[in-house]
Amino acid sequence: MSGDLKEGRIVVVGASLAGLRAAEALREKGFTGSLTVVGDEPHPPYDRPPLSKHVLLGNASAYSTGLPMRRDPEAEWRLGVRATGLDPVGKRVLLGDGSSLPFDRLLIATGTRARPWPVPEEAALDGVFTLRTSDDAARLAERLSAGPRRVLVIGAGFTGSEIASVCRERGLEVTVTERGPAPLVGALGGTLSKLAAAMQRAHGVDLRCGVTVTSLRGNGRFTGADLSDGTRVDADVCVVAMGAVRNVEWLADSGLAADPRGIACDAGCRAFDMYGIVTDDVFVAGDVSRFPHPLYEYQLLSLEHWRNAVDQAEVAAHNMISPGPLRRPHLSVPTFWSSQFGYNIKSVGVPTFSDEVVIAQGSLEARRLVMVYGYRGRVTAAVTVNMAKSLDYYERLIESAAPFPPPPGAADRRAAAEVPLPSDVPDPSRLSHGPTVALTGYLPDRRLVLAKPTG
Amino acid sequence: MRVVVDLTRCQGYAQCVFLAPDVFQLHGEEALLYDPAVPEDQYERVRQAAAACPVQAILVGEEVSAGVR
Repeated sequence: MSGDLKEGRIVVVGASLAGLRAAEALREKGFTGSLTVVGDEPHPPYDRPPLSKHVLLGNASAYSTGLPMRRDPEAEWRLGVRATGLDPVGKRVLLGDGSSLPFDRLLIATGTRARPWPVPEEAALDGVFTLRTSDDAARLAERLSAGPRRVLVIGAGFTGSEIASVCRERGLEVTVTERGPAPLVGALGGTLSKLAAAMQRAHGVDLRCGVTVTSLRGNGRFTGADLSDGTRVDADVCVVAMGAVRNVEWLADSGLAADPRGIACDAGCRAFDMYGIVTDDVFVAGDVSRFPHPLYEYQLLSLEHWRNAVDQAEVAAHNMISPGPLRRPHLSVPTFWSSQFGYNIKSVGVPTFSDEVVIAQGSLEARRLVMVYGYRGRVTAAVTVNMAKSLDYYERLIESAAPFPPPPGAADRRAAAEVPLPSDVPDPSRLSHGPTVALTGYLPDRRLVLAKPTG
Repeated sequence: MRVVVDLTRCQGYAQCVFLAPDVFQLHGEEALLYDPAVPEDQYERVRQAAAACPVQAILVGEEVSAGVR
């Protein structure tokens, strides 16, 4: 049986980080059959995080972020071709060029795309951008280099905040609008979002929270935007940073449990069908998946995190060529980073899965701290600002469900660490930026089903 | 040659910054920025940086070549 699984035909749909790492891992683990990787972009797999930092700063070309291979996966690459459908009975992936690919096992790693501005005519104005692909980054970097008088960034999530940071570093005036009360509040909760707001303002960002953009103006060329508070922002460039949309539309007729929240799968990366029955030949990895995590009450997590794409791709690859008892669960603790305004923000765990926080090390005043998040008396997450070396320690606390507040020895500021504050995690539907971690089952403090269409 | 740093693993020890300052830079106290396309005259330095990284966060290799099938 296990011999058979190492042969046959595997198709990977999605040629970004998860697709590449899965293809490498399949070969590493001994898959000798035919391997085809399909990608809708014409570029070989490339790394996206530098696009909103190094590339926009003008320090690297948008097309220089190609991912190094760990080993050559000896795959057939079908790049620049979109998957348009899946026939689960005939076991074929349908492609945009009219052809189709037969498979024995399939990995879906189609990721996300930038959420576009909802009014197409306004989105089409010259000077209105989103940022997800290297083509997006090339166009936006060129426009920033031309020295616009002002840049408007809609949405103060991680991407929007990083873009604003780049603009200030390049000496450009920038206005950021956010429907929520502060930047990053959807990912980090109330206290750190206030620090994020202070960092932005200290660096000269014109930050407008609690407002929405009601229309983008311009006659062919973007000239400014109207805000819900009745004010107007004049700008030459607008970056729509309103979160991501999962690439699931091509699966509409596939019978899989695919919806705007992603494709539901089990802890072994096997996709569920629409009846909640697990499939045995269709696997999911990366941003497009949502999977149960035991540390978070088996809620289905959707993570738009670099490390999750790598870890989940490796587990998926292993399980695709391993018989049942040898399969592994995807259990890694979620983790991400962002660099903005000269600060390094790193997170481990799920900060939104929390009811209280303490500052265990450092302080808000020092702009250097560890914030620990707890839920019902156990540690569920930690976020560091310029204290990355502490993160491993808190990861171990999270993995072992250590008591919250963390015990003495985990804190260098006893007083602050003994006074838990509300974590103040908002309802994600009230934000301009999509959350990068979405709890798509129950919110811990509300016990309501969150089934908000994000499209 | 391409380089990618697993910045979830990176803890800002900055050994790479000392070994290959033309490729790796610190931005602020501990945020790492790097040039993913390594110039040829930096290959050896980047290999040393990858070997010296205390958390082994640096991956060096070739990208999937364009036009592959």
